[in-house]
Amino acid sequence: MKTRYSLHIQNSMTTRLHPVLRCAAIFALLPLFITSCKTTGGPTNGIPVGEFASLTGGTATFGQSVHNGDVLAVKEINDAGGVLGKPIDLMTEDDQSKTEDAVASVQKLVNSDHVIAVLGEVASSRSMAGAPICENAHVPMITPASTNEDVTKKGDYIFRICFIDPFQGQTMARFAVNSLGKKRAAILTDVKQDYSVGLDDAFKNMFTFLGGVVVSEQSYSTGDKDFRAALTSIKGSNPEVIFVPGYYTEVSLIVRQARELGIDVPILGGDGWDSPELTKGAEQQFNNTYFSNHFSTEDPDTTVQLFIKKYQDTYHTVPDAMAALGYDAARILADAIKRAGTTDSTKLRAAIANTKNFPGVTGTITIDGQRNASKPIVIIKIVNGAYHLAQRFGPNGEPMSSFQP
Amino acid sequence: MKSYPALFLSIAAIVGLSFVMPSLNDYVLGRIIYIGIMISLAVSLNLINGFTGQFSLGHAGFMAVGAYASAVITTFLNAQGYAMNGVTGAVAFLIALLFGGALAALAGLGVGIPSLRLRGDYLAIVTLGFNEIIRVIIQNVDFKIHGVDYIGGARGFSVLPLTTFTWVFIVAAVTIFCVENLVNSTYGRGFLAVRDDEVAAEAMGVDTTKFKVRAFVVGSFFAGVGGGLFAHSNFDITPLDFTFLTSIDIVVIVILGGMGSTVGVILAAIVLTTLSEVLRSVPEFRMIIYSLLLIVLMITRPQGLLGPATMERLLRRGKREKPLVTPVES
Repeated sequence: MKTRYSLHIQNSMTTRLHPVLRCAAIFALLPLFITSCKTTGGPTNGIPVGEFASLTGGTATFGQSVHNGDVLAVKEINDAGGVLGKPIDLMTEDDQSKTEDAVASVQKLVNSDHVIAVLGEVASSRSMAGAPICENAHVPMITPASTNEDVTKKGDYIFRICFIDPFQGQTMARFAVNSLGKKRAAILTDVKQDYSVGLDDAFKNMFTFLGGVVVSEQSYSTGDKDFRAALTSIKGSNPEVIFVPGYYTEVSLIVRQARELGIDVPILGGDGWDSPELTKGAEQQFNNTYFSNHFSTEDPDTTVQLFIKKYQDTYHTVPDAMAALGYDAARILADAIKRAGTTDSTKLRAAIANTKNFPGVTGTITIDGQRNASKPIVIIKIVNGAYHLAQRFGPNGEPMSSFQP
Repeated sequence: MKSYPALFLSIAAIVGLSFVMPSLNDYVLGRIIYIGIMISLAVSLNLINGFTGQFSLGHAGFMAVGAYASAVITTFLNAQGYAMNGVTGAVAFLIALLFGGALAALAGLGVGIPSLRLRGDYLAIVTLGFNEIIRVIIQNVDFKIHGVDYIGGARGFSVLPLTTFTWVFIVAAVTIFCVENLVNSTYGRGFLAVRDDEVAAEAMGVDTTKFKVRAFVVGSFFAGVGGGLFAHSNFDITPLDFTFLTSIDIVVIVILGGMGSTVGVILAAIVLTTLSEVLRSVPEFRMIIYSLLLIVLMITRPQGLLGPATMERLLRRGKREKPLVTPVES
C-alpha cells in the first residue's frame, strides 16, 4: 500500500479571528495578568522610600556600592528609632543597567508602591529617564551620583548630592595649572561615556581659560584594549600633563601602556577612576597620577572614619565613593523628613531644598538654588597603589588646603 | 477584508480600551505600552526571521534609526514652539513615526541589497555589524540646531513622552494586520517559498533576493516605527539602548514564540516581558531563572510556544475542513 499526498489550497483566514480583534483580546487580558503577578507591595507600617539601582548589568559595581550605602544608612537610621516614629522601609528595584527598565522601576515605585521619595541612579541617562516620572507625580528624587548637569534641570523635585561634571573638569584644570604648574595638556576621552565627554568639555574650557594649551585630543571607546596609537600621538605632541576622564577598566590599561611608551608626565582623571581594581599589578606605573573624588578614606574627620568602620564591619570591604554617596543620599533624605515633620511631598521637597551644611561623609553638603549640591572635592594622589589626599577644593573652586606633592 | 463585524468590533475595542487604559496605574499602563512595542518589534522581525527564514540580528539598529529620526522631529517641532498636544500634536507625532519608519526602511534597503545574497550565519554577522555601525554613528554624531543638542551622542537624548496606549495599540494592530495579510496573500507565498526551499523557489521562478529585500524593508519599517514609540515612552534614549543585546531580546521572542507564527510571537512577547518584570524583585536570580526557563522551553517545545503546526491543529479543532496535506489511499 502506498500513500500519496495531494495538496489542497485552503483559505485559512476564515477560520481565524481577525488579527486586530485577536490583539484587542490579548490587550484586554493584560491588566489582569500583570496585577495578579505583582509580588511586592501591600501595606507596610514603615515609611516607604524607593530606590532604583543597577544591581545587575553593565554598571553593576556602581549600583551595588550605592545600594550597600543606602542599606547601611537606612539600617542605622532605623536602629536609632527611624523617622517620625516609624522605620524607613527601603524598596529596591533593579534596572539591569537599562533605560527602559529604569522607567519601569520608577513607575513601579511611584505608582504601585507609593513611595514618598526615590533614591537613585548612578548613570545620568537613567536618572534622566526616571526624573520626569518623579516630577509629574511630585515625588522628590535624590540622585547620589549622576553628575550630568541636565539631570536636576528636569524639575523642582529632582535633587543631587554629588558635584556636577563641569565642576569636576574645572577643578582638575585648576589643579593642573595652579597646583602642578602645567600649561600643555593632552586629553584622552571615552566617546562612549556621557560622563567622560562632559568632563572633557569642562576641562578643556577651564584649562584654556587659565592660559593653558590643549595640544592633543584623542578618543577611545569603552571596551578598547590597545591605546598605543592614541598614546603615541599624544607623546608626539609633547604634553606636560594628560587628562584621561574615563572609567577604571580602561584607565588601568591606558596608564600602563603610557608608561611603557615612556610617557612619564602626570596623568589626571575623575571619580570614574575610583576602584580597587585600578592599580592592581601596576602600582609603580600609577605613581605620579591624580584623580578627583568625592571623599578620601584618609580624611581624619570622625564622620568619615566612623562610616568606613561601619561599612567594613558590615560588608568586609573598604567603601568606595559610590557607597559613600549612597549613604549620604539616604541620610540627607531622612534628615529632610525629620525637618519637614511630615511625608507630605510639597513640604518634603522644601525641606530637601533647604538642606544646609549637612555633615556628610563626602563633605559638607548644601543644596543650592538649582537643586545641585554645593560641596568640596578632593584630589587623590596615587603612591605605590595607595590613595593619598593631595589637595582639597571648595565648592567655588577655591583651594581649601595647600597642595601636598 | 473578510469579516466586517470583526473589524467593527476591533475598532470598538480600541475606543473602549483607550478610555479604560489611562485610568490604570501608570506602572501597569507603562508595562502594557512596553509589551505593545515589543509586539510590533517581534512581529515585524518575524516577517524576516520566521516567514522568510533569514537570520537577522540587526533589528535594534533599525529601531535606533526610527527612534532617533522621530525624536529629532518631535524635539525640533517642540523647540520651534509647535504645540505637541491635541490634534496637531497627534499629526506631528504620526509624521515623525512614519518618517522614522521610512528612514529605517531605507536603511533596510541599503543593508539588504548588498547583503541578502548571503545566507544563514553570514547574514547574521552582516546584520550584527550593521547594528553596531548605526550605534557607533549615533554615538559620535554631533548635531546641533540653534545651540540645541539633538541626538547627544553618549550623553543621551531627552525625548518628549508622547507614546500613549492608543498609539501603541494602533501600531501593533497595523503591524500584525500588514504582516499577516502580506504573508497570507498569494504574493506573500513567495516569502514562505524562500524559507522552505530557496533552490526550489528559484527553480519555480521566485526572485528570492527580491523577496528577501522586501521582507527586510517591510520588517525594518515597522522596527523603525516601533523604535519611535520606544523612544517616546522612555524620556531619555542613549545609543546603549540599541546594542545587539536588544536585537537578541527580540530574536528570543520570535524563536520562543515559534518562527512564523504571529500569535505565538505575540504570546511570547507578552510572557517574556511580564516574566522579566515579575522577576525584577529578585535581581540575584533574575537572569538565572529567565535563562533556565528559556532552556526548558526550548527543550520541551523546540518549535516555539505556538509553532505554525500547533496553530493549524488548534484552529482546525471542531471544524472538519480539508487539511493542507491529505493522505490519499491508492
